[in-house]
Amino acid sequence: MFYRETGDFKTSYAGDIQTFPIALDRNRFWIIVAFAFLVVPFFVNDYWEKAVLLPFFIYALAAIGLNILTGYCGQVSLGSGGFMAVGAYACYKFMTGMDIYIPMGGGEYLEILLPPLNIAACVILGGLTTAMVGILFGLPSLRIKGFYLAVATLAAQFFLVWLFNKWEWTYNYSATGQITAVETSMLGVLITGPNTEPWATYLFCLSFLFVFGWVARNLVRGRIGRQWMAIRDMDIAAEIIGVNPLKAKLTAFAISSFYIGMAGALYFAVWNGAAEPTESFAIDKSFDILFMIIIGGLGSIFGSLIGAAFIVLLPVLMKNVLVGMLGWPTDIAEYLQLIVVGGLIIFFLIKEPHGIAALWRTIKEKLRLWPFPY
Amino acid sequence: MTDATSNASAGGISVSPKLLGALAAAAALIVLLAVQGLLTDPFFWEVVANGLLAGVMYALVALGFVLIFKASGIFNFAQGVLALFAALTLVGFQTGQVPFAHLINAILGTNVHFFSDTHGGENFIPTFLALLMSLAMMVLLAWLVVRIVLKPLVNQEGIILFMATIGLAFVLEGVGDLMWGANVKTLDVGLPSGPSDMIIDATGMFIEKIEISAAIVAVILVVSLTLFSQYTKMGRALRAVADDHQAALSVGISLETIWWIVWSVAGLVALVAGVMWGAKSGVQFSLSLIALKALPVLMLGGFTSIPGAIVGGLIIGVGEKVFEFYIGPMIGGATENWFAYMLALLFLLFRPQGLFGEKIIERV
Repeated sequence: MFYRETGDFKTSYAGDIQTFPIALDRNRFWIIVAFAFLVVPFFVNDYWEKAVLLPFFIYALAAIGLNILTGYCGQVSLGSGGFMAVGAYACYKFMTGMDIYIPMGGGEYLEILLPPLNIAACVILGGLTTAMVGILFGLPSLRIKGFYLAVATLAAQFFLVWLFNKWEWTYNYSATGQITAVETSMLGVLITGPNTEPWATYLFCLSFLFVFGWVARNLVRGRIGRQWMAIRDMDIAAEIIGVNPLKAKLTAFAISSFYIGMAGALYFAVWNGAAEPTESFAIDKSFDILFMIIIGGLGSIFGSLIGAAFIVLLPVLMKNVLVGMLGWPTDIAEYLQLIVVGGLIIFFLIKEPHGIAALWRTIKEKLRLWPFPY
Repeated sequence: MTDATSNASAGGISVSPKLLGALAAAAALIVLLAVQGLLTDPFFWEVVANGLLAGVMYALVALGFVLIFKASGIFNFAQGVLALFAALTLVGFQTGQVPFAHLINAILGTNVHFFSDTHGGENFIPTFLALLMSLAMMVLLAWLVVRIVLKPLVNQEGIILFMATIGLAFVLEGVGDLMWGANVKTLDVGLPSGPSDMIIDATGMFIEKIEISAAIVAVILVVSLTLFSQYTKMGRALRAVADDHQAALSVGISLETIWWIVWSVAGLVALVAGVMWGAKSGVQFSLSLIALKALPVLMLGGFTSIPGAIVGGLIIGVGEKVFEFYIGPMIGGATENWFAYMLALLFLLFRPQGLFGEKIIERV
């Protein structure tokens, strides 16, 4: 009734394996995309950009990244905050001009200086740098499993945050130890720095989410995604049927870190404009992203988006209702938010372990048959 | 599927060739250090002593983890927050705070904070009674956790349960702050504080009295827990559940009751850890982060071994203090934040089940 499938025939293999096989779904998706790209930029204001939309896009990107690792490949990671920091600092180095010193012996250094790069390139290079770091910290996953691995990834979290506090080269020897985004532009439009327009940063982050969300969606249903899922479901059995665990696990770590690194770069350069490791990339970032994928749905790209929207919007909503409408103190709103988020985690794990995405799938199945029960 | 090859009893240490190898490596390390003349350095011994005592504090938190993991296979991330909650409750009872005062004030527009008009200046309820009341609170909490969270999640995968305890940690943190307020509180249970003059006079080492008390309390706790699990009926039932859930059920042991007891005991350990840490550095949010410090201890010692938690705690405590003292200044200091994790990570690469953990056998 709600979904009209009658007459929606597939005449090619490509039509058969597309992401949205039902025409109604497909059209609705493109309408939303067109609305987001063509209509919202004309109306977006500073509050919506800074408080709702940019954090949603950035956390959604990070959640997709963690979902690839945890939801698809089954490796629980608590190091996302640290990986976001790597992306942010790498992006900073590239946008201010990367300088590399290679010791040549005898106190001589070979100096390589790169010019400041385009901001889009900086974000992607930030992601690639994080991917390399991710592979490094993914190596133990070949021997360590389950909780032991989850705890081992905490090593990445704490070590990386410490590193960016102590290694002065990473923040260009600035006195405050903080990194601040320099003014950069793309096609003549300012993207970073203090004088940006809301629509420009909005479109920039949205494009990243759209492009890389599309890439992720196609990665996870391809050969590599199936390898990850085989490893997740039972690694020894996967190995027996010919999946190389080294390759599967390390690609999962690399690609996941790539996404989280890009999210970190956008978080620092476009959204906040400044960052400081102990505040911006603390352990609660790792937990927030983990919660997004649990609430949204482990092993679902759509779930990552929903989960990110949920975790980003819930505090804004609760603050508006409790502080703005009821006039309660901010700290009470914060505690209640902790309770609500924690309670929801437990609720979803008990009632619907596959998150909101699975709930949505069930509703959709029902709607396809409505008004008949089956 | 994990399986235990040897059913090492709760208190016993089974010596394996690998363990001997690890001990030999440790001995070699000590010889190496001696060559460098470290052992004659008076600071070295002070650092080691302080590390050992810090390690005891870590082990106290790690103990709670091990108890729950052994009996229910749940990796309880909320243990640190449990310690914070216990300490907050204790201080709240002691000073006669009104629970949920902030919330009541916000809703009703009143201004209540304390039951007495001393404003928390002196003890409202005697310490001993407050301790008992806090313990009762932890037992009640354990019952709620088992009923609401764990029972519906029976037979779920370990990692799902782990994530549920992360959710539990958030709820407890929110409830604790909402109930007792988030300001830093001082906890005074009559334990001695300040540096120990006797030790300074005898050896010239600077050691805090509270840490010595913590070490003594830890020893008492471990001995009594071992006795409890070895010689009481309840303890035997507990070990039976740890060994095999289904077999335990089939001989008439109630899983729910056992879990309740285990979580209550973990609550007791959390209370002790919370009192010790709270008396040392005040009751505040950072208390819940000691759980994160206990994790590498567990990885090192193995999740299933009480002696492992103690030995792991001591190794981590000494390791990070020595590293910070000798290597730290060269690379910028504050290495204590990550050293424990890196040590545990490197260690696990060679022995994935930890020092005393049961060997993990996987089958398809």
